[in-house]
Amino acid sequence: MIISERDVEQLAFLSRLDLTAEDKIAYTKSLNAILDYLDMLNRLDTDTVEPAAHVLPLKNILREDKLQPSLDKEQALANAPEEEEGAFKVPRIV
Amino acid sequence: MSNYEAVIGLEVHVELKTHTKLFCGCSTEFGKEPNTQVCPVCLGLPGSTGVLNKKVVELAVKAGLVLNCKIGTYTWFDRKNYYYPDLPKGFQISQVFRPIAYKGYLDIDINGQNKRINITRAHIEEDPGKLIHSGGSIMTSHYSYVDYNRSGMPLIEIVSEPEIHSGEEAGAYLEKLKANLEYAGVSDVKMEQGSLRCDANVSVRPVGTTALGTKTEIKNMNSFRAVQRAIEYEVERQIEVLEDGDRVIQETRGWDENRGITLSMRNKENPDYRCFIEHELPPIELTPEWIADVKGTIPELPDARRKRLVEEHGLPDYDAGVITSSLALAEFFDAALKKYPDAKTISNWIMGELLRLLNARNMELSEAKITPDGLAALLELIEKGSISNKMGKEVFEVMFEEGKDPGQIVKEKGLSQISDEGQLSRIIDEVIAKNPKSVADFQSGKKQAVGFLVGQVMKATKGQANPGVVNAMLREKLAQ
Repeated sequence: MIISERDVEQLAFLSRLDLTAEDKIAYTKSLNAILDYLDMLNRLDTDTVEPAAHVLPLKNILREDKLQPSLDKEQALANAPEEEEGAFKVPRIV
Repeated sequence: MSNYEAVIGLEVHVELKTHTKLFCGCSTEFGKEPNTQVCPVCLGLPGSTGVLNKKVVELAVKAGLVLNCKIGTYTWFDRKNYYYPDLPKGFQISQVFRPIAYKGYLDIDINGQNKRINITRAHIEEDPGKLIHSGGSIMTSHYSYVDYNRSGMPLIEIVSEPEIHSGEEAGAYLEKLKANLEYAGVSDVKMEQGSLRCDANVSVRPVGTTALGTKTEIKNMNSFRAVQRAIEYEVERQIEVLEDGDRVIQETRGWDENRGITLSMRNKENPDYRCFIEHELPPIELTPEWIADVKGTIPELPDARRKRLVEEHGLPDYDAGVITSSLALAEFFDAALKKYPDAKTISNWIMGELLRLLNARNMELSEAKITPDGLAALLELIEKGSISNKMGKEVFEVMFEEGKDPGQIVKEKGLSQISDEGQLSRIIDEVIAKNPKSVADFQSGKKQAVGFLVGQVMKATKGQANPGVVNAMLREKLAQ
């Protein structure tokens, strides 16, 4: 067991997920199963292999520094749960 | 202070000078109506993917080079995960594992001594949005407003090693960093517009020990002066805590400019950013040719320019340091020097009048109306004796405010200096006639009485007489 139920609780908290007691048991089990599966990779000899940061053979995908139209203010705020004077309004932060 | 040593590391965020944001084509212009420079990418709408701005890569490399950093030839972006309303995606795209620049340094000057401050890294990251709290501060607000115009603006974060030992050193480091980035054209580096921001990690330890003390992170400083003051305050505070037998608590503290103290800010739980590679953005490979191309665009930097002012124009090193600390000032100096080839005189006027007025009015040079050509013309008028040095200062102030030609100001204000002996002769005769006692004093050997008489002539001419000429003429007349 790499991941304890306490770790799952912490992850759920950080991800703003509300888990039931059964959820916690289930996720602890499945997360450990995933990590055990990945642990197989540790059995391979990778001494001569360059670490891969990305799996696709792409690099330097860049655009020029040119202005593109932004959204209308109305469009930008269309999904805001609450809006006031052109700004997204959010509840108390701390 | 004597038994303790302060250990300070600075984290500086600098906004890169691009037209568009880091991963989208929205404008980076400052001060626009809230939420009018946003799109699906910088609003973090599901399904949107950004594309890296090439200019950001070039400016970040340039910044790395002028901070004497090594440049990462293979680098990429990572995600830093946390929830906060200014961060719509729930993660910030940053460079955690492979910063584009690392292992640099800046040399600073402390009381004539050179000191090297090492730079750990400089990495690219996106700026979050801006929060406006309804109740003035976050603690007193029932709700807050979010403006995402700033979301996705390109930043570099420059992290120094904890090798700074005083507020003064921190100030010198920031000045040098600002000047180098400004000269290189990487950023506007304007703290008041938020294009340069600085947080300080501060700890203290007993002199002679090497283990680091518990640090606090200081935020909310909005000028270099504030950074210096906040550090000085925080160092004293921590020493007092330790002297009282207490322990310093690791926390974030905010600088209160009005009260001149740092205050504990409510702590977020220990941040766990769960960083991982941003798989939707392909990595960046920088070839030596590309890096060399960027290097070729770097102009003369402050240290080299300072040296040139000393060696080619004979300026004192101190003057050269002040003038080259800002690109605008250095350009002003060079332009004035072309028209009036007396470096020291120009330097005196820049360091005296120009900086005095800029500081007094809290202005940038670009806001002042005086031009280098104008200053040169003014210095010629003084050299010819058309106006005195003192009048020159008065004219300078008008030029500073209104930008007029100095000759015109002299005429309008009726300032020109009277050196004409015929005109002065009459006035001097009158003064001699009206002040028989002083005349007698002078003639009986009290030579200092001439000072009073010169003063009377100056008064009669409303300060416009050339005092040197008056003095000589008076002595001549009294000797007869």
